[in-house]
Amino acid sequence: MKLIEAIIKPFKLDEVKDALHEIGIQGMTVTEVKGFGRQKGHKETYRGTEYTIEFVPKVRIELAVTDGQVSRVIETIVRAAKTGSIGDGKIFVRDLSEAIRIRTGETGESAL
Amino acid sequence: MSSALVLAMVVPGLALFYGGLVRTKNALGTIMQSFVITGLVSVIWILFGYSLAFGPDKGGFIGGLEWAGLRGVGVEPHPTYGPTVPHQAFMVFQLMFAAITPALITGAFAERKRFSALVLFAGLWAILIYCPLAHWIWGGGWLAKRGALDFAGGAVVHISSGLSALACALVIGKRRGYGTDYMAPHNLPLTLLGTGLLWFGWFGFNGGSALGANGIAVRAFVATHMAASVAALVWMLVEWLHRGRPTVLGVASGAVAGLATVTPAAGYIGALPAMAVGVIAGIACYVAIVWKGRLGYDDSLDVFGIHGVGGFFGILAAGLFASKAVNPAGADGLFFGNPAQFGVQILTALSAAAFCFIGTYVILMVVNRLTRLRVSHEEEEMGLDLTQHNERAYS
Repeated sequence: MKLIEAIIKPFKLDEVKDALHEIGIQGMTVTEVKGFGRQKGHKETYRGTEYTIEFVPKVRIELAVTDGQVSRVIETIVRAAKTGSIGDGKIFVRDLSEAIRIRTGETGESAL
Repeated sequence: MSSALVLAMVVPGLALFYGGLVRTKNALGTIMQSFVITGLVSVIWILFGYSLAFGPDKGGFIGGLEWAGLRGVGVEPHPTYGPTVPHQAFMVFQLMFAAITPALITGAFAERKRFSALVLFAGLWAILIYCPLAHWIWGGGWLAKRGALDFAGGAVVHISSGLSALACALVIGKRRGYGTDYMAPHNLPLTLLGTGLLWFGWFGFNGGSALGANGIAVRAFVATHMAASVAALVWMLVEWLHRGRPTVLGVASGAVAGLATVTPAAGYIGALPAMAVGVIAGIACYVAIVWKGRLGYDDSLDVFGIHGVGGFFGILAAGLFASKAVNPAGADGLFFGNPAQFGVQILTALSAAAFCFIGTYVILMVVNRLTRLRVSHEEEEMGLDLTQHNERAYS
């Protein structure tokens, strides 16, 4: 099992969710986050005073998948979240040692 | 009377204008300052403030206490102060000016003044600065005798609040984290709502200063509106060229700068000169605010840059554009063949500026002896709302 963590542009969330839905992904967790990479931040000006906002808003999607799903899920996220311009985000993949469904107590892949 | 009503709108207007410009943690504390000053100054005004400002002249410097507690100030019109309106209507109209002026100053020390120090300061300022200055220019004092033109408070309200604000900013010091921390306005829509209310209320200031529903009131109304509109556009344009983007706060700031600048001239000038005043306001106040960043003092909400600079140029503008053809009770300015008037206006602006700056400085020193001016480091971090009032604006 793997835990996939994707940081994407907020306005791409719906497209990514729908695309993942189409390939049979049933659940995900979404968090609003802030950060910066090569995109850096943006500038705000209030009465001549400039502030550089380094942290830009992003959305983080987390989803746990079976090993067999990993490459398809990644392809799907990349396709749906890509705009081609700087700041499109990143995807991280981690090993997942256990998963438990609280309602039934199922464990492992059947809990995903 | 209706002008006093309209004018009463500037209190919530200013409260929202300033309230939106500060950070979330200081929103209530900032709004509170405008309201509590209104209450406090109203009491002072009725008890003896009105008498000090407008009572029988004592040596050109101050009014006597003969009218304390409104003794002799009834509903019969006063021959000098509006022969067409009840004396108390004039008194309550003037009360609104007296209340809004110290409230304007609060922008200079926003987000860091102790509430007790604020109350003490505002009371002393109203008595020791506002009342004498109003007397000099409007109450038959030495500047009035020289023929100073200040239709609705360019010196009495705007130079006074602006220069006092500068003294406050210098004495109380910068906010912690000024120049490094993110201190952007927490709610610009609130500020814009405040701008709208100020614009509306200003018609009370300027239109009402004609002391009657007459032609002068209409001219002042038109001049006020044109200066605000043009200054908003000019500020936007200058900022657009200078920084690359027209900002919403820029338009709001320009409008207020235009209102402040046209105030002393509103009832003496025509619509086209008023538009010229708007151009001056939009450029001069923008430049003042950009310069502030270079000089490094923290007049947090730009009271000096907008009201001080605007009031100063407005008083001078009255000396240039005033015309007896517009208002026979006024005077002709430099452009209408009377350079002496321009000299009187310079004298008015400079003496008001010097008196307010020095007087405020002294008051702050005294208040600082009696009670600390500034909240503690920790209180400043937590914000005025929780530390001064045990409340928060957004829970």
